[in-house]
Amino acid sequence: MNTKTPSKLEKVLAAGHQAVTSECGPPRGSDAQVILHKAEMIKNHVDAINITDNQTSVTRLCSLASCIHLKLAGVEPILQMVTRDRNRIAMQSDILGAASFDIHNMLCLTGDHQSFGDCAQGQNVHDLDSMQLIQMVRHMRDEGKFLGGDEIKRPPKIFVGAAENPFADPFEIRVPRLAKKIAAGVEFIQTQCIFNLDKFELWMRMAGDRGLLDQVYILAGLTPLKTAGMAKYMKNRVPGMDVPDEVIKRISGVPKDQQADEGIKICVESIQRLKEFPGVKGFHIMAIEWEEKVPEIVEKAGLYPRPKVD
Amino acid sequence: MRLNYPAHVRVVRVPCTGKVDLIHILRAFEKGADGVYLVGCMEGSCFYEQGNFRARKRVEHAQRLLEAVGTGGQRVQMYNLSSGEAPLFAQYAREMSERIMALGPNPAKLAMDVRQGKAA
Amino acid sequence: MIVAKGKPLEEIIEAVKDCDSILVAGCNECVTVCEAGGSKEVGILASALRLYFLNQGKKTQVGEITLQRQCDREYLIQARESVESYQMVISMACGVGCQFMAEEFANKPVQPGVNTMFMGGALERGVWSERCQGCGSCLLARTGGICPVARCAKRVLNGPCGGSSNGKCEISKDVDCAWQLIVNRLKALGRMDDYEQIIPLKDWSSDRAGGPRKVVKEEVRQ
Repeated sequence: MNTKTPSKLEKVLAAGHQAVTSECGPPRGSDAQVILHKAEMIKNHVDAINITDNQTSVTRLCSLASCIHLKLAGVEPILQMVTRDRNRIAMQSDILGAASFDIHNMLCLTGDHQSFGDCAQGQNVHDLDSMQLIQMVRHMRDEGKFLGGDEIKRPPKIFVGAAENPFADPFEIRVPRLAKKIAAGVEFIQTQCIFNLDKFELWMRMAGDRGLLDQVYILAGLTPLKTAGMAKYMKNRVPGMDVPDEVIKRISGVPKDQQADEGIKICVESIQRLKEFPGVKGFHIMAIEWEEKVPEIVEKAGLYPRPKVD
Repeated sequence: MRLNYPAHVRVVRVPCTGKVDLIHILRAFEKGADGVYLVGCMEGSCFYEQGNFRARKRVEHAQRLLEAVGTGGQRVQMYNLSSGEAPLFAQYAREMSERIMALGPNPAKLAMDVRQGKAA
Repeated sequence: MIVAKGKPLEEIIEAVKDCDSILVAGCNECVTVCEAGGSKEVGILASALRLYFLNQGKKTQVGEITLQRQCDREYLIQARESVESYQMVISMACGVGCQFMAEEFANKPVQPGVNTMFMGGALERGVWSERCQGCGSCLLARTGGICPVARCAKRVLNGPCGGSSNGKCEISKDVDCAWQLIVNRLKALGRMDDYEQIIPLKDWSSDRAGGPRKVVKEEVRQ
């Protein structure tokens, strides 16, 4: 088994298992129990848990502190970091902070625009973009150096991930963009929520044709729909989200009190189909404020129990 | 038709209401006019296509500025009619005249009169 | 050009209401072209202010002048007599002109009459759009002639981000996704291979980040 970091997620993937990750959003307050409680619900059913970084630009308890809480509780965290709020000094510093707690996974993101959040009048930083953040983390880890060239004592050992949205526009650059991220040094990808399986599979085939699937672990992103309203909202209001009409029809077709069950069913069926698809190395289950359903989805999809690695 | 309309309306002829700029409206008030209104062709039948639409936007802008300086936006108005509608022309003149009468004189004119010792 | 936008009249009135005499000073360059601070806008603002002061029963004098350029001492000096005879100046020039005015006339309060917006051009009469942020190290050759620093809401240098949808930016359907435009251009130029070249970390020291900037061209310097 060839791994570059002590990351449990990397070990699971390198051992050839399909990995399962999920995500938790930190609270809008300082009560660590919120995040620990969410993690407690799902920790036996996933290999690692992403902690979002002020998602949708709404100010929350920071991702790094939340990750530390998870780490201390014996759960494997994936530190999400957006380039919106920090310059290269702050990011290198936070990366070292994460490394000091032996946090071994990171997801490099650009971040939603601040106009969506609670500080719409704030500045955004974007000293780097997500591609350059990937490069920077790899540089710190592999060269053991700061951007400025000085040596890092005890460099971070971080398994580097990024997000990809196979459904964003323009479609023709979705695969070249993946290639670019791989060239930048990304090691795993968690995709945007997949509802249009055909299009996702097309993207995977195109990536496979370019030989990219051997160079990166693709974790298919899935979100269980709670209601028909949520499905419509995601289709119409969330940029870059592709929810096909048949999915909306299916969930709208059942009575309101059964829509949540139908949403779980769609999610489980999607995982079962994608499990067989060549190149899918795992699943990233984003149950938005619905973390308690993750164990059920993982079990029904046949991904439980999780493998033991050391 | 020899229609009557208020005698204190002073007509300034322009080739098109689109010729009237914001500064012309403001200057009229500086020179003591109590109200200014533009009478343009029917919307959609401007010989220059956009003239009366431009005039309307300028009138709206003038209303905002005059409101801000305390003259009052109601003292400016845009009207549209076709050249065959003389009775309407007279009606607009009466309408505007009545409105201005109700509002009273241009406060800037009053101030200028005071300064020049013309105050009653 | 530098594109500016007139300040709300209420804000200007609030700033000058206690003044005894005001000079409204326009500029014949950019702000004339973008219809924010040329002689025409000077006339309108001065007229509105005169009406305001008359309505308030005040005798405040409001004068008008439009300089060839306010960002040039040569022209400011010529306006000295005018400027000195007023208590305050409202500069209708961009932030540059306004500051040059303030620097030239050290004892004269200068109030900006416009909000300076960006460097851009006119898309049509009455519509101006941003094109450049003066980052000091031009990337346009790499991005098909479309600037991601000025035109991407996140100045993503290796875009697009996940928020690009039908050619539009996630912040508004009225904003083009710069990276969609870049991809379209690269395709039209047959240079899609360039897309896959990662643009490295940018040196922002030539940008605002490096502090106030100065350009010195020794060969023409006196």
